[in-house]
Amino acid sequence: MITLLARRFADLVITLLIVSFLIFAVMDLLPGDPASIMLGTSASPETLAALRHDLGLDQPLILRYGQWLAGVFSGDLGQSYTYGVPVAELIVERLAVTLPLALMAIMLSVAIALPLGALAAARRGGIFGVGATFFSQISIAVPAFWVALLLIILFSTMLGLMPAGGFPGWSAGLLPALQALVMPAVALAMPQAGVLTRVARSAVLEVIHEDFARTAVAKGLSRNAVLWRHIVPNALIPILTVIGLQFTFLVAGAVLVENVFNLPGLGRLALQALSQRDIIVMQDVVLLFASLVIVMNFIVDLSYLAIDPRLRRTR
Amino acid sequence: MIKLSLVTSARLARLSLSATVSAVLMMAAMTPAEATKTTLNLGMSVEPTGLDPTIAAPVAIGQVTWQNVFEGLVTIDQAGKVQPQLAKSWEISPDGLTYTFKLQTGVKFHDGEIFDAAAAKFSLDRARGEDSVNPQKRFFASIASIDTPDAETLVLHLSAPTGSLIYWLGWPASVMIGPKTAADDKVTPIGTGPFKFANWAKGDKVELARNADYWNKNAAAKLDKVTFRFIADPQAQAAALKSGNLDAFPEFAAPELMSSFDGDARLVTRIGNTELKVVAGMNNAKKPFNDKRVRQALMMAIDRKTLIDGAWSGLGTPIGSHYTPNDPGYQDMTGVLPYNVEKAKALLTESGYPNGFSFTIKSPQMAYAPRSAEVMQAMFAEIGVTMNIEPTEFPAKWVQDIMKDRNFDMTIIAHAEPLDIDIYSRDPYYFNYKNPVVSALMRKVQETTDPAQQNAIYGEAQKILAEDVPALYLFVMPKLGVWDSKLKGLWENEPIPSNVLSGVSWGE
Repeated sequence: MITLLARRFADLVITLLIVSFLIFAVMDLLPGDPASIMLGTSASPETLAALRHDLGLDQPLILRYGQWLAGVFSGDLGQSYTYGVPVAELIVERLAVTLPLALMAIMLSVAIALPLGALAAARRGGIFGVGATFFSQISIAVPAFWVALLLIILFSTMLGLMPAGGFPGWSAGLLPALQALVMPAVALAMPQAGVLTRVARSAVLEVIHEDFARTAVAKGLSRNAVLWRHIVPNALIPILTVIGLQFTFLVAGAVLVENVFNLPGLGRLALQALSQRDIIVMQDVVLLFASLVIVMNFIVDLSYLAIDPRLRRTR
Repeated sequence: MIKLSLVTSARLARLSLSATVSAVLMMAAMTPAEATKTTLNLGMSVEPTGLDPTIAAPVAIGQVTWQNVFEGLVTIDQAGKVQPQLAKSWEISPDGLTYTFKLQTGVKFHDGEIFDAAAAKFSLDRARGEDSVNPQKRFFASIASIDTPDAETLVLHLSAPTGSLIYWLGWPASVMIGPKTAADDKVTPIGTGPFKFANWAKGDKVELARNADYWNKNAAAKLDKVTFRFIADPQAQAAALKSGNLDAFPEFAAPELMSSFDGDARLVTRIGNTELKVVAGMNNAKKPFNDKRVRQALMMAIDRKTLIDGAWSGLGTPIGSHYTPNDPGYQDMTGVLPYNVEKAKALLTESGYPNGFSFTIKSPQMAYAPRSAEVMQAMFAEIGVTMNIEPTEFPAKWVQDIMKDRNFDMTIIAHAEPLDIDIYSRDPYYFNYKNPVVSALMRKVQETTDPAQQNAIYGEAQKILAEDVPALYLFVMPKLGVWDSKLKGLWENEPIPSNVLSGVSWGE
């Protein structure tokens, strides 16, 4: 068991190292030079050389990679070329928007999908089942940014109930901050809710005919009690797995929604850094995304081990 | 088979209905309060990268800090004219080689540091020094030495007459900075202006506050607080304006959405001029663009009016050379090579391309570029010329391909720098255009400081470019201003990229 865990962990570290080098090398290959973007079209070659030297861009790739990696391990993510502040500071500021947004979206999509999926399975063929299937089809097909625009038109422009975008910051108070995140979270949650409804429906369908369900019915429990107390908990494992994977999608996939709602989140930071070729910021953000995916997979793996004793035997 | 009673779903439906109602009520209760009349929320499309215009080129930096936080020895006013600022007067020696500035007294930076001749010398030395990363370092190239005989006098000794120097000293890249605080200006800018930097929530907004100790009582800020908010998406920009989240958007990004403000009594729209010249630059060193007749044929194949209609909803001013109606000495050159398909075909035949030719335009992603390119593509097809459109990411890939490698046939870009007609004499520059007459004219401009003489020379240069068309001159971008009708004092034209706010106030 311990050796298995140790091996999984070693895999994790090696994967992260390889990914970090790939990120660094690929960013370096992108056409475009951050220094010439900063200085514009009138800069002379000497000015350009001076700035490249200031930024350390005139050093060889492998040396810069080494410095970056050493920095990452010691918690120093470097300094943004364009903003002129430490990248770690930027990322923390942005996570304070993106993480709550992703969490809200997850909670919303679970709140919608779990009852809907379970009921759709229990009442399949009925109007509810058809309705749920229809909902999941539509919400998967409709892009999040379009939902976002509709929400803005309805609630901000026409009704004037919600701010059209922007983020007041957590310092402005919990309520205004949460209010700014409500519509983006809804837009982000819709497609996820569609996927999750399907997963929930099929997961419930799988256990609905199991012996324990029949036993529970035979014991005289009401149908509702059987569904919510016995069937849903047993169907949760595949559902939780999908939720875990969705979380990484949400963090990385918030780019468009953050753009429409003008939220200063991690996605916007990545997009802006890309267009400005703020390479350090890009490397750090992409590394963060990649780490998130890898760590999430690791956790999902571990949870399988916890759930199913057969997997714990060392192969 | 398990079936659920209908009761559950009915209860669920009722539950969700009441949840929706209470959510809507909660939103209504949270609607933000009306802005008070001493604050301003102003929108911009692009967030600046850093806040120091003396170390990086992006226009958005100056649009936040120039004239608000930082000031120059001189400034450029709404009409594009040079006016005194931190220098109250100046004298230029008859040979044009010595500039003597008399500086304002009693001026302090926002941190209390004194502005005097020493600070001015520091600013200019930093801009022209060996380690300088000033994006307009060339402005200061002719300054040979700087003297400060006393705290109020600044003397520049030039190595060659530089007729544009006074104008250039009014630019964002030439502002005066505090010797003690210069290094941190990128994140916490400290200048002498009517507003003090307050806060920068990166990715979202920059906040400025009124400078109560401002030296110039005549130009003191009327607003207590200004918030620049950065909104990239045009739909989101429109929504923010209509919902009252923003008071003004001086440079609205989408001409096709301008008419959507028409019914809104609270907002006014103002269409002004900018310095953004949309031109399709050609690689003049490359066949067939090295033949003037080919370039003229392409120019005559373009109906500028239709192009502006198609690309920018009819908002924009046609131009015939690299000059805008804002600029001193402007002459309308659109009649030199007017739209004429027959003549264009004849010119092509004359230059040896009776059946046309094909080439590629590298088009950046900014909305005006692909739209203009598509209209041009159709117009070129009329004279048998095939143009392929290759999307090219701006700035990174574009700067690499066009500015650095000069690996292109044609491109399209809005040149943002005011009075930059001298780019046709710069060597190297991406057009690969070499015309000794133009180069001589640009030298002559610098040899005189007399505006009338300068305008005459600029007029000659405009004529030559209109004839020679090293680039296809299309249109000047409009300044699409949308703001609250009670707001007074925002610039309607933009002779230099800016958001000058000292004169802005709320009326009745």
